[in-house]
Amino acid sequence: MNAALLALGGKTPGQAPGVYQGAADVIAALMLLLEFGMLRQALVRDQVRLYAVQSALISVLAVVIAADRGLPDLYALAGLSAALKVVAVPLVLRRLLGAPADEETPGVAGSYTLSPASAVLACIGLAAFGFFCFGNLGIHSAEAPALALAIAAAMMFVAFGLMIVRRDVASQAIGFFSLENAISLAALVVASGLPLLLETAFLFDLLLAVVVFAMLIRAHHARAESLSTADLTRLRG
Amino acid sequence: MIGVILAIIILPLAAGIACFLTPARAAAGITIGSGIACFGLVLALIPSVTHGTLDYLTYLRADAVSEVFLLATGFLYAAVGVYAAGYMKGRTDRYARRFYLGFNVFAWAMLAAPLMGSLALLWIAVEVTTVVSALLVAIEDTDGAAEASWKYVLIASAGLGLGLLATIFAYYAGAQVLGAHSNLAIQPLISAGPRLPKTPVELAFLLAVLGYGTKVGLVPVHTWLPDAHSEAPTPVSALLSGALLATSFYAILRFYQVASAALGTGIPGDTLLAFGVASLLLASLYVFGQRDVKRLLAYSSVEHMGILAIGVSFGAPVALAGVLLHVMAHAAAKGNAFMGAGVFTVKYGTKQMSAMRDGLRLLPWSGPLFLLAVFALSALPPFGIFRSEFEIVAGGLSSGSAAAAAVLVVLVTVAFFGLTASATSMLLTAPPVTALPADPSADGEQQAAVGGRPPERPDGAHADLTAVAVRTSAGASRTLAPGEPSAWMVVPVLAGLAVLVLLGVHPPGELTNLITHAVAQLRGTP
Repeated sequence: MNAALLALGGKTPGQAPGVYQGAADVIAALMLLLEFGMLRQALVRDQVRLYAVQSALISVLAVVIAADRGLPDLYALAGLSAALKVVAVPLVLRRLLGAPADEETPGVAGSYTLSPASAVLACIGLAAFGFFCFGNLGIHSAEAPALALAIAAAMMFVAFGLMIVRRDVASQAIGFFSLENAISLAALVVASGLPLLLETAFLFDLLLAVVVFAMLIRAHHARAESLSTADLTRLRG
Repeated sequence: MIGVILAIIILPLAAGIACFLTPARAAAGITIGSGIACFGLVLALIPSVTHGTLDYLTYLRADAVSEVFLLATGFLYAAVGVYAAGYMKGRTDRYARRFYLGFNVFAWAMLAAPLMGSLALLWIAVEVTTVVSALLVAIEDTDGAAEASWKYVLIASAGLGLGLLATIFAYYAGAQVLGAHSNLAIQPLISAGPRLPKTPVELAFLLAVLGYGTKVGLVPVHTWLPDAHSEAPTPVSALLSGALLATSFYAILRFYQVASAALGTGIPGDTLLAFGVASLLLASLYVFGQRDVKRLLAYSSVEHMGILAIGVSFGAPVALAGVLLHVMAHAAAKGNAFMGAGVFTVKYGTKQMSAMRDGLRLLPWSGPLFLLAVFALSALPPFGIFRSEFEIVAGGLSSGSAAAAAVLVVLVTVAFFGLTASATSMLLTAPPVTALPADPSADGEQQAAVGGRPPERPDGAHADLTAVAVRTSAGASRTLAPGEPSAWMVVPVLAGLAVLVLLGVHPPGELTNLITHAVAQLRGTP
């Protein structure tokens, strides 16, 4: 196991990781922990906070990469990403869900299809699967630390898990947004040279998706007086 | 030609904005004008793309492959735009303006996607199609529409997340050869194919099939599709099925080009064959037992997307030509089928096929046209899908994939029985004759038993021999007399039928040339 992890880190035994690689790995690990936090939280308000922190970590990583590799575009990307994901998206979600009455938002607390403990255990299994699958692909280079990429894959699986085990529209939307964070993490470690124009377009697209998710959540809430998706079973076959 | 490409990209967007700012009647006219103009512009591109690829700053690009998809979308945009003028009768002005805004922006995103010069921009365009069409699915503001739109946006967005990951791995692969500032432009990636690292390309292709396959409706990631198609307004269903699925398949084709250049056709072909057979198998079985006419057609779409995937997996030139022809023929046939189904739902006030009876007589134009559309979808001659599926099967046999070709023929035949059984029951089954009302002096038509003909008068004659009483989805009974809801809902179907016959009997020489060039591009032998 230790040898496998060392291989994922692209190092030989006894060799310390560089600042960039170490920072990327630590930030990726923190983001994965926050993903599990979102999975475990019963209240939407807390999920949104964790999402904002996770998004802030993405911006920090972008700054680290920009400084380490001399990519000034990434400073701009970090700023844009923070403005959108740390400020705008959480703000929209809080407004939408009515932050002061969050504890009573119907249909969210207890929306697990599995018990919380079982959900976390299942997602640990998914995360391990994603981690080792992507870690063993051998996609790494000086610019692409394989450990961070494998953790990003683990995050993606947990985000999918979050969307599956929570039966409320708010948690499912947050699951999708955090899936996008996991993909951003993968993009930063694998494709940090991608032109700023395209990265900005991706972010704009996320903004568009957030607006549509918000409108549909609002419509669902107005119609069902609940955020639960338990009654969305009319269409079958 | 840059002017034409820019016009195709700008016109529907401008039309959408104009529609939101004008009354419903004007919005209908603007949409029709924009649709027809865009189709004309797409036709004008054919000679240029047949002679070579048009590339502007690597961000905009049109070649023979993209032109095939533009033709499919452009035709449907025009046809369904005309149809919508009839479908929107009786709707509120506010609803109509919102509808036309979304409709035109949706068409804009679908027309823009094949014109994108890089995989990154292509992903963005496909994502825009998702967010716009999700709102269009929800526009009816019913329980079913809310459920379908939520499932659609969540599943399709998650799928496109995988599509984005595929794009990132494609960038990683390209950067190893083209340098870190590669912008994912399609042509350089294809040209660099043999030098690209294998593992990232394999991963990118698998993720692209899974991710974009969610939008295409490939099994097992198709689950949003029947819900969204059945709950959306019918003009949107027609665009979803005939154009959106094809646009998403176009994205897979671009990844296929890169992957086959890097890996050969083995892994990409096997992957598509597996997804294609699974889709065809499930869809051909699910068309049996459907009660909602739009869900029936939605599963038919899954079937046809499976056929496209299988056709590409064969890799033979004739099969690829069949696939490209199939894209256009399916757009026309499925557009016709949905437009016909929309006439039925307006006429009968329900989507339940069990309540639709005697359609051939009650809808003297739309009834036969719907039957012909179903025949076209079932690959009967002389329609375009017969020719395209024949070419795909011939390609399978010539490329040594006889077993897969045989499976395709069997499953298409199974689907044919399912589709025609449902369609003929709607069209040819006479409603049961019902008993006399208790009081003949009362409103005889309204008292007719549900699902039956109007009662006889005491003198033995029917009150109205041509009228039929049916039960609507709301449970009320309605009496129907023969006649079409609107001529606007018939004319575009006639145009679609003409296209289907043209594609099946004698495709124009320009189109044949275009397909030949597109096949060469797909095979990497331009």
